[in-house]
Amino acid sequence: MTTSDDVEIPIATGDDVVRVRQATRTAAGAARLSLVDQTKVVTAASELARNTLVYGGGGEALVSQVTDERGRAGVRIVFRDEGPGIADVDLALTDGWTSGQGLGLGLTGARRLVDAFDLETAVGQGTTITVTKWRR
Amino acid sequence: MDRVPVLKIGDILLVSIQIDLQDQSVLALQEDLAERIVSTGARGVIIDITAVEIVDSFIGRMFATIASMSRLLDAETVVVGMRPAVAITLVELGLSLGGVRTALDLEKGLALLNADGVSQTARALRDIR
Repeated sequence: MTTSDDVEIPIATGDDVVRVRQATRTAAGAARLSLVDQTKVVTAASELARNTLVYGGGGEALVSQVTDERGRAGVRIVFRDEGPGIADVDLALTDGWTSGQGLGLGLTGARRLVDAFDLETAVGQGTTITVTKWRR
Repeated sequence: MDRVPVLKIGDILLVSIQIDLQDQSVLALQEDLAERIVSTGARGVIIDITAVEIVDSFIGRMFATIASMSRLLDAETVVVGMRPAVAITLVELGLSLGGVRTALDLEKGLALLNADGVSQTARALRDIR
């Protein structure tokens, strides 16, 4: 379930990546995540927003506060681009593998920092990544 | 794009990051620092990240790049003031920053540069205290 506090942020510049971080921090604070968990989810959001910009050719992020069926609060971020897509998802999710100038930690590192990580991609059509971090 | 100021105190360059860094600012800082190390003959670089709420792989890589680069230019880099939550997150992200020297705060960072004998300023600042 999402609430009315959804924030949609276009990702077209480096400043937008910073905006995604800030919106994620606000939502994570409102969901009362611990400081460490806030830091983890903001860091994951930063990695994924940069991927959207650099590899997806830009796109958008949707930041939401969510609640599960047991009433637990969390933050969810959806990253969407209409870029080239990821041809080999298993490879892309391998630590240290990189398609470009990065360290190869963005995708795998972000996955480790969140509780739920969902990746949908189609070559030539784009990539959508959804991550969720719950309050402990 | 915001630029991070580089302050000179004797033979040390001090960078205190007070903004939410975007990637272009990170790259600009690397270049600014390389130039300032050479133009000032600085022996030490201290990067203060007390105010930095997150360090992702791009920013983390900057620390490693600056450390290697300054070493080539005969200066030592110390990153000071890392928050506990940032350290926990960096390790989980997979970035251990092996080649980067750290100290808990500015004072300890100066002590480290002094102990190495790299910086006369660090010694002078300690003697004043």
